[in-house]
Amino acid sequence: MNILSFFGKRNETASVAKNRLQILLAHERANDGSDALLISSLREDILAVVAKRVDIDPDSVRLEMDRTGDVTTLEIDIELPAARAS
Amino acid sequence: MSNATVVVVTSGKGGVGKTTSTAAIASALAKEGYQVCAVDFDVGLRNLDLIMGAERRVVFDLVNVVRGEASIKQALVRDKKLNNLFLLPASQTRDKDALTEEGVASVISELRMYFDWVICDSPAGIERGATLAMRYADEAIIVSNPEVSSVRDCDRIIGLLDAKTKVAEDGNRMPKHLLITRYDVERAKAGDMLATDDVVDILSVPLIGVVPESKDVLKASNVGVPVTVSDENSPAAKAYTEATRRLLGENIPVTIPEEKKSLLGKIFKGRAA
Repeated sequence: MNILSFFGKRNETASVAKNRLQILLAHERANDGSDALLISSLREDILAVVAKRVDIDPDSVRLEMDRTGDVTTLEIDIELPAARAS
Repeated sequence: MSNATVVVVTSGKGGVGKTTSTAAIASALAKEGYQVCAVDFDVGLRNLDLIMGAERRVVFDLVNVVRGEASIKQALVRDKKLNNLFLLPASQTRDKDALTEEGVASVISELRMYFDWVICDSPAGIERGATLAMRYADEAIIVSNPEVSSVRDCDRIIGLLDAKTKVAEDGNRMPKHLLITRYDVERAKAGDMLATDDVVDILSVPLIGVVPESKDVLKASNVGVPVTVSDENSPAAKAYTEATRRLLGENIPVTIPEEKKSLLGKIFKGRAA
């Protein structure tokens, strides 16, 4: 028993564990592979749109999905060729 | 002629106490007078024989029976202390495909005729051995430690129980029981370990028992006698016996292990009350 628990304020790693698990499992239970499909379709669409105007390498479009609690963010990173960027 | 209830003891993660729990619960059921068979599905890494102290008497095994090389009755090893408790050992073969679905189906249906309870000790993982161990079960005991990776793996196993078992395919819901093992009272109290309520909350499976971390479990495995037989007054044995009574349908509240109080603590507690 440390001094914190003596005063009733507990330094709980257990509650961190619980939160992490709840978020992770909510995702894993819902995940039927549709996320991966969505990401790859979106990537193709974005690539097609950008390629109409700019000549880019297909690998320069990167998509990342991040889940934090109830919020899901989609991060799109497109690297343009050096000549265009200038 | 019996019609056994087949229970799978499963967890996904290794090392959480499936084999110990299988041995302890099978023995506790046998002590209640039921005809019990414990089946080791961990082909290639059998250990239930060792925990039950039957390792030197194994002649034939589950794979021999599945392949038709031995009858079930030849392969069953009778317990030295409880004459209504039997073990069907796993084999030590490295052949991953040694068990077939049809073979396991016929073994289980034959065991159903001879016994009241068939307790299947699942291997870790989510592959063939684990799915075959749960395939023909009527009920599942899910063993978890109060620890993140164990809880996550249990969640995967619950998904499999609801999808890949005969019960699920027939459109029914697999009855599940959560057994929390290696519960450390002091660490839970300090908030360093998931509390039992947290694990129940996350997995949404009713609790059948909480087994405290205990030296008696190691001692029991050292001598090859399940803890419910070797040391029936130890906290771990009491927890297993209680869990077994719940498995039998008794409606008794789950005892959450408590810290052992020092004499001084008892006096103060007594005064406060």
